[in-house]
Amino acid sequence: MTIAVRTRPSLRFRGKSFLALVLAPTVPLRDWLEDLDAVSKGSPGFFTDRPIIADVSALKPSKSELKFFLAALKMRDIHIIGLEGAAAAVLDVDMPPQINGGRPAGDIETPDLDAVPLPAAAPAQSAPTTALLIEGSVRSGQSIIHTEGDVTVLGHVASGAEIVAGGSIHIYGALRGRAIAGCTGHANARIFCRKFEAELIAVDGLYKTADDLGSKYRGQPIQVSLDGDSIILKTLD
Amino acid sequence: MAKVLVVTSGKGGVGKTTSTAALGGALAQGGEKVVVIDFDVGLRNLDLVMGAERRVVFDLINVVQGDAKLSQALIRDKRLENLSLLPASQTRDKDALTEEGVARVLAELREKFDWIVCDSPAGIERGATLAMRHADVAVVVTNPEVSSVRDSDRIIGLLDSKTEKAEKGERVEKHLLLTRYDQGRAERGEMLKKEDVLEILSIPLLGIIPESEEVLRASNVGTPVTLNNPNSAPGRAYFDAARRLKGETVEMMIPSDRKGLLGKLFGRRAA
Repeated sequence: MTIAVRTRPSLRFRGKSFLALVLAPTVPLRDWLEDLDAVSKGSPGFFTDRPIIADVSALKPSKSELKFFLAALKMRDIHIIGLEGAAAAVLDVDMPPQINGGRPAGDIETPDLDAVPLPAAAPAQSAPTTALLIEGSVRSGQSIIHTEGDVTVLGHVASGAEIVAGGSIHIYGALRGRAIAGCTGHANARIFCRKFEAELIAVDGLYKTADDLGSKYRGQPIQVSLDGDSIILKTLD
Repeated sequence: MAKVLVVTSGKGGVGKTTSTAALGGALAQGGEKVVVIDFDVGLRNLDLVMGAERRVVFDLINVVQGDAKLSQALIRDKRLENLSLLPASQTRDKDALTEEGVARVLAELREKFDWIVCDSPAGIERGATLAMRHADVAVVVTNPEVSSVRDSDRIIGLLDSKTEKAEKGERVEKHLLLTRYDQGRAERGEMLKKEDVLEILSIPLLGIIPESEEVLRASNVGTPVTLNNPNSAPGRAYFDAARRLKGETVEMMIPSDRKGLLGKLFGRRAA
């Protein structure tokens, strides 16, 4: 008797890394939620379709508190894909899974005294290396996401278009859409453009909308940089 | 060599159907063999503007799905024998269009006509993407108004990424057709100027169609404005645009309806 040997394609499991937005609520939670609402109101749709992880380590919630918090986020259409820093005892099966080992890519918290700084954290902070060059214009509805370095656009960035760069953003035409520089946590990233009519600019997570900026710099060649916690605009000439 | 031309805009109500009919009429009057196709399945209008609504038997969907032959669905224009219409279905929706079906119909039309002018529906969904899918040339119809300009910009982005040509690494030739333009209002800052629109969209200008009551008059009698009143301001502007499409160099100007001094005074006041 022969036994048929079944050849079966071997299963492969691959790892893939994604960049998620981390929300770290602080106490009192009520105030924090109010701030969150202000952000959502200022830029509607900011949280939709983004992978979001809630870091509740500062909150140290009980099971019911955590349930309330998750419900509050759900009410705001913020979908949490994972929880960080929650005690195992407060987790329920219907809650998002606990996520560990996240490598900081944005604001760096001061490490605990007993924690050894991870060598792996270093590359995320080193200067970005590759640059992306876009020869034409970025049209409305298009989104250029390049977390590895600078983005240079030779044409315009239209109203409703978006550039997200790990490093700086250089636009030789007019900036009429959104430019988000230093998205992986580079406070020294900058935005340059020949004609400034942006809808939104952001550097290292700090952002300003056209409304916040007023009309002083409209139409001018501008560079945007970060000074501590404030966004600075300067004309280029 | 047949050319597939899509008339598109993103935004609705800017004059795609009017422009399709007018350009189709102008090209046909210049001796070219032209077919205009309505891709607005479910909300067809081109048959009305062409004055063929009482002669529709089969439509694009019937041909796409193989229920009718192309020759059965094509409606020959009563005024110009080298102008034909392929109407859309009013009772179906855009899901009835299939990519292979559309490709097959266009390939068949390429053998019979010089120009295949596709009237795209508004929006960026299936109907609009299928209308532009096989295009060689695109006419982006834009009103001098911010929302129309931004929607056109979006459409230009799709023309550069979602068309067959773009996927092969080639470029769809794109032209801007500025419609409902009112020189006086643009100068007074009540609408965007031609220069502003061109600066934002940065594609070559095919023509400027002045705002005119002739356009609505022509639609209502079911005749393209280029056939109804070829000497009217919009009629002349569309003829110029059609000549530029054929590669001729025509000086760019904004035709106006001749008005007496009184007409001008009152026209201003009313505007």
